[in-house]
Formats: sequence, C-alpha cells, structure tokens
Amino acid sequence: MTATIDSAGPALESPEHRRRRLRLGILLLVLAVMAVVLAVFTKSGHVDFRLSAPDGSGPGDLRVPAKPAALVLSVLALAIAVEHLRRGLTGKWAGAAFALFGIAFVVTFICWAASGKLFPLTNQIQGTLALSTPLILGALAGVLCERAGIINLALEGQLLAGACAAAIVATVSGSFLVGVVAAMVAGVFLAWLLAVFSIKYLVNQIVLGVLLVVFATGITGFLFDQLTGLSDGSARFNSPGTLQPIAIPVLSSIPIIGPTVFHQTALVYAMVVLVAVLTLVLYRTRWGLRVRAVGEHPRAAATVGINVLRIRYEAVLVAGAIVGLGGAYFTIGSTGGFSKAMTAGNGFIALAAVIMGRWHPLGATAAALFFGFTKALQGQLQVLATPIPTEVLQMTPYLLTVVAVAGVVGQVRPPRADGEPYRPG
Amino acid sequence: MKNRAWVRELTVSALAVLLALVVGALLIIVSTPDVTSAFGYFFARPMDTLSAAGDAVGDTYRALFLGAFGGRQQIAETLVAATPLICTGLAVTLAFRTGLFNIGGQGQLIAGALCAGWVGFAVHLPPVVHVLVALLAGVAGGALWGGIIGLLKARTGAHEVITTIMFNYVALYGLTWLLTTSALQRPGRNEPISPVVDQSAQLPQFGGTRLHLGLLIAVLAAVLVWWLLARSTLGFRLRAVGANPDAARTAGMDIGRAYVLAMLIAGGLAGLAGAQQVLGTDLPLTDGIAGTFGFDGITVALLGRGSPVGTVFAALLFGALNSGGNEMQAATGTPLTLVTVLQAVIVALVAAPALVRAVFRIRAERADVVLAKGWN
Repeated sequence: MTATIDSAGPALESPEHRRRRLRLGILLLVLAVMAVVLAVFTKSGHVDFRLSAPDGSGPGDLRVPAKPAALVLSVLALAIAVEHLRRGLTGKWAGAAFALFGIAFVVTFICWAASGKLFPLTNQIQGTLALSTPLILGALAGVLCERAGIINLALEGQLLAGACAAAIVATVSGSFLVGVVAAMVAGVFLAWLLAVFSIKYLVNQIVLGVLLVVFATGITGFLFDQLTGLSDGSARFNSPGTLQPIAIPVLSSIPIIGPTVFHQTALVYAMVVLVAVLTLVLYRTRWGLRVRAVGEHPRAAATVGINVLRIRYEAVLVAGAIVGLGGAYFTIGSTGGFSKAMTAGNGFIALAAVIMGRWHPLGATAAALFFGFTKALQGQLQVLATPIPTEVLQMTPYLLTVVAVAGVVGQVRPPRADGEPYRPG
Repeated sequence: MKNRAWVRELTVSALAVLLALVVGALLIIVSTPDVTSAFGYFFARPMDTLSAAGDAVGDTYRALFLGAFGGRQQIAETLVAATPLICTGLAVTLAFRTGLFNIGGQGQLIAGALCAGWVGFAVHLPPVVHVLVALLAGVAGGALWGGIIGLLKARTGAHEVITTIMFNYVALYGLTWLLTTSALQRPGRNEPISPVVDQSAQLPQFGGTRLHLGLLIAVLAAVLVWWLLARSTLGFRLRAVGANPDAARTAGMDIGRAYVLAMLIAGGLAGLAGAQQVLGTDLPLTDGIAGTFGFDGITVALLGRGSPVGTVFAALLFGALNSGGNEMQAATGTPLTLVTVLQAVIVALVAAPALVRAVFRIRAERADVVLAKGWN
C-alpha cells in the first residue's frame, strides 16, 4: 500500500490507485445493496442473541428487533461503500471502517436469517475459535515458509500426517503429550522432505507440494486401512480420546467471552501463543530478519554473510512443527479418532489465508478467523432453516476468497524470492 | 548405447518405478501381521522373517500385476481407468506449457460432467447427434469453468493455484446442490442422484467389457494437443508465454489472451473427461462423479514431463495401477491406498531427476521442461 498524504487540498491520485479504489468500492457497493435488500425482506420480529455459557450460566438473551436493526446496519454499510467509492478511505480510519462494514453486513444477514428465532452467539464464538485453530496454525506455518522463500503447498499433507500420528501415538502411549509431540515430528518429517527436495534438488516447489499431499494422503490412508483392518485394531491404535478444555482462572468467569474464549483445549491456547510469538520472532529478532531477507533477496543476504540455505531449512522445519500441531487438533483436539482424508482441504484454505493475509502472521490469522467464522455460521444457519440451501452457504467462503484474492489483494507483492530456488556461488 | 534424450528419460522413469516398488515393499513388510510377528524372533530364525516378507511382497505385487494385465477383462478395466486420466492429464500439461499450474481439473471435470449429463437425460435428440451434442456440452462446461480462471489471472493477476482450488469446492458444492433440485434429481429419489442418460447419449462399449469409445476420443484429444503445441501458431504463442512471459510481451504477444485461451482449452479437456464419465461408465450423475480424476491428472501430467505423448503413457501406467490395485485389495487384502503411495513416489522421483541420478550414479545434463513458477 502506498502511504497517502492526508492534506487539506485534493490529493492527486495515480491511475493504479484509482482503479483499485473503484474496484473495491464497487465490490463493497454490491455487498451493501445485497444487505439492504435482505433488510427490506427481513420478517418483523425479534432475534434473541444467546449470551449464556453452554451450562446456562451468565447473562440472559439479548433481544434485538430484527427489521429496524437490519435496516440501520445495512444503510450504514451502504454509506461506507459510497464514501469509499467517492473519496477513497485511507489513513488510520480505513481499517476500522472496513471492519465496521463487515460487522454490519454479517449482523444484517443474521437478523434476516434468525428473525423470530434464537441465535446462539456464544456457540458461534466457540465454534469460530475451534474451527479456526488448525487453519491458523497452518497459515502461520505457510507464512513462515513463504517469508523464507519456500512455497509450502503441502500444508494439507502435513495436517493429515499430524492428525494421523497424534491419534496412533497417543493411543499406543496413552499420553496426549506424546501424541502432540508425534504430530509435530510427523509435520517436521514432511517439511524435511519439502526442504531437501526444494533446497537441495531444486525441484519446483508447487509441484513438490502437490506430490507431498498425495504422498501423505496415501501413507496415512494405508496405515489407517492396515491398522484398523486388524481385529480390535481401532481400539488398539485409533482411540486416543480428546483433550479436555481447561478453564483459565479469573478470565473464564467474564460473561460471554469467558466460557467461550477462555475455556478451550491446550491446543487452542498454544495457537494463540504461537501467533504472538511468530509475529515477534519475524519482526523483532535477528533470526526473523534473516528469514525475511533470504525470502526477499537471497543473493544480498548471502553477501552479508547469512547462510541462505541453512536459514531456509530452519524456517521450513519450524513451520513443519507448527502445522503438525495443527494436525493434532483434528484427532485429539476434536474428534478423537483418525479417518481417511479428514483434513478435508483445510490445508489449502490455510494457504489461501496466507495470501489473503498478505504474508503477515496477523493478517493470515485474521483471514483464517474469517474462514472459521463463516464455517461456524453455516453450522448455525442449518439449524435455523433459512431459505438458502446448505450447499450454497458452504460455497460462500470459497467464492469470497476468490473475490478477495482477485479484487482486493491481487495487487499485493509476495516475498520477492518466493518459490525461487537459490544456488549458492 | 547412444545417449539419446528419450532413452535417458525412459531410464529415469523406469528406475523411478523400480524405486517406488521398493518403497511399497517396505510399507507392505512393516504393516503385514505375518511379517511383524516373525520379527519377534528375528535373531533366532532370521529366515522366517525374510521368507514371510518375501511372500507378502511377492503376493501383493503379483496380484497387482495380474489385476492390471491378467486377461481381456483386466486390460479393458485398465484402459477404462486410464481414459479420464488422459484427458485430465492433458488439461494440466497444456496449462503447464503456458506457465500455469492448473489444480482445477476436479472442478472443471465436474462442470463438464454436469453439462454433459444434463444434455444426456433432459434433452432428447436422435442417436448419433445426441452423443455429439452431450460431449460438446461437457467440453463447453469445462472450458467455461477453466476460462474464468484464465480471465481472473489475466485481468487481476489472481494466482491460478488459489482460484482453481477454490473453484473446485464451488463446483463440488454446486453439483451437490443441483442434485437436490428438480432440475437434476431423479424423480422419486431422495438421495442426490440424477436420472441415467438416454441410450442415444451413451458412448458405445466394446466386446462385453466396460471399455467405451471415450478412449479413442481421449487419444484423439492427445494428438490434437500435440499438434497444437508442436505445430500451430497458437501453440507457439502459448509455449513462448510459458517459457518467458516478459520476453513474449516484448515480442508483442498478448499474455492475458494466452492465459485465457490456455485455460479455456485445458478446462475443455477436463470437461471432456467429465463427459466421458457420465456418458461412458458412471451413467447417472452423483456427487462422487469426479472421484479423484482431476487431482490425479496433476500427477499424470508431472510424470508425462510436459509432453502430450508422455501424458498418455503416464495415464496408462496410472490406470493399470488403479485397476490392478482393486484386484490386489480383493485378493491379498492389501489396501488400495498402497497404490496412491506408489504413484506419489514414482512422480516424486521423476520430478527430481537429480535424486534418481544421485541414487543410481547416472550422469546427465539437460534442461528440464519449464513448469509453473512461484507466485511472482
């Protein structure tokens, strides 16, 4: 993004900037008009936002008149869209305005869908966090790899390997901790394959990623078939159970967010810590600077004495451990057993989150949260029986990703040496 | 031996298959109960372990081979399995040569199957015409689905790897949704399944097997793609853009147009695979119509090293592995997923000739075919 000067006079705008402003503006306008139409068609009635914890404690329901709320919020969204089209929102308020737009749009939609019914807000928050955890871990790993200049399309395979390893090892050893470590080792193993082939043998990284996904799918499927094919195989190898949620003292007694955000499994807390740690490491440490340098301009980094290949190896292997942890979520973090291809494309969504988040850990986390939110919302809406078919709801996040990648972040520059093999000498 | 390029290519490919079989053998050994139980007293009677291991591996691979080539029926099944892989493989190969990485075969195949199937059971036409129109509808559907990707890339620079992955999901959910609507769902049924296509829209089958005319169409498509890439002006443009977009732009070529055309043709090829599925083998449309053909097309194309002829042979090998794998699972209880591992290892080794050369100490220096690069 170019910094724009907020001066009193009309600033001159580059044609490129103007094109981008119009493109985003038209997109927002279309969405806002959709919201207004939904608001007009909202049945009069109340939406009850449930704010209590799953056990019924906490505040009662928040009753909102559906139609007025939807109308007010959709008009607000429309105003933001028009303002951006006219003048181009820039500066420090732009982010806040776009966030407000998103919230207004989503709440309008919920008012339309849940008018006269109950909307379990606490479940929605809980579900968003749960569904986002593996996505965020995958996206963090993707950011780390790509910052170092290695494209990691194998996230899906690493998640699968982590899920499978966690289930089998936790069952055999009887310890969740050992299972989690095994998941990280499995992720690191695939990352090591990615590193060796791409760094040492200079294989095309996109090709390699696809192959590693196929490889991991095959190996985990084969193990699953062989082990559960034995008599009592499932009991002996694939029944690890699930991690219990841990309530954080004091914080978990806050109403609304206490029982949802601060009552999660250790994996979710690990994810939150990793987001912070990775952001700090990438932007505040010497190693992080080196990682970004070898991804941006390896030749220059080598000139000042950085061992490019070594830094790349380190980054890819650390990323493997992170995404392996994300894999553990699928088995011991939620379902408690491995099944074939259970990651269901989450690795690819994490990859999209990396790009939508502009190769920044916090951006990628936000994009992954957005995905988790829409997935959780889709679960809620199925219960509410809206006129929209389930499958159309299911495809929405994917379509929105295409729109985001094509319309909004199509202009963002990836790390300059991303995907380019480096030959020393 | 004269050091001809294709001889060397073939050697590397053959050695890759051999290495993959070794990896597969290791997998069989560590996971077969007979062998693992014999490991328990390995140091007392080592021969027991070895013979158990040898038996397990030998039986599995024998079943795999016989299942693929053991008789007329088996060979027919191998060809049936290879038919859609030829088309989806070509869809990826053509995009590769234009510098695009088409992971969207799955979605393009679904779009093709959807259109071909709909023409097959909802429109009623005279015999020969009906098949042709249904096939063309399938090609058009796939071309549209792929063309959008090309257009997005040309217009906004959205990377095709992301957009194709997303479009695969959109196509899949679109199909499952349409199969629950009156437009496609078989009357009187609750599950998502369409009516069977009319007799007049079905591809004729040969000699009491499931082998159908689609194989010939697929081979024709391969010849066409070869001609397009090697002999036509358009193909030269596509290859130029794939080899070096900046140079192509400097030479006055319209890069965006090349991307759109390449994805249109690639999508059409994958759509043809979908049409063959729904008119040749799996006559009703279901949500499982695409199987993994679109995704397997990527591995087939990688094994084919960017050449249409290579892609056909790679598809035949994968078809043999798939149909032999079914037999293997039935005969020896070895899971079909072993075949997936074999395929991944074979392609990995072929994609990394440096590694195979390192293992077998072969000396070779030649430029690899240009494939799609990173995001930039």
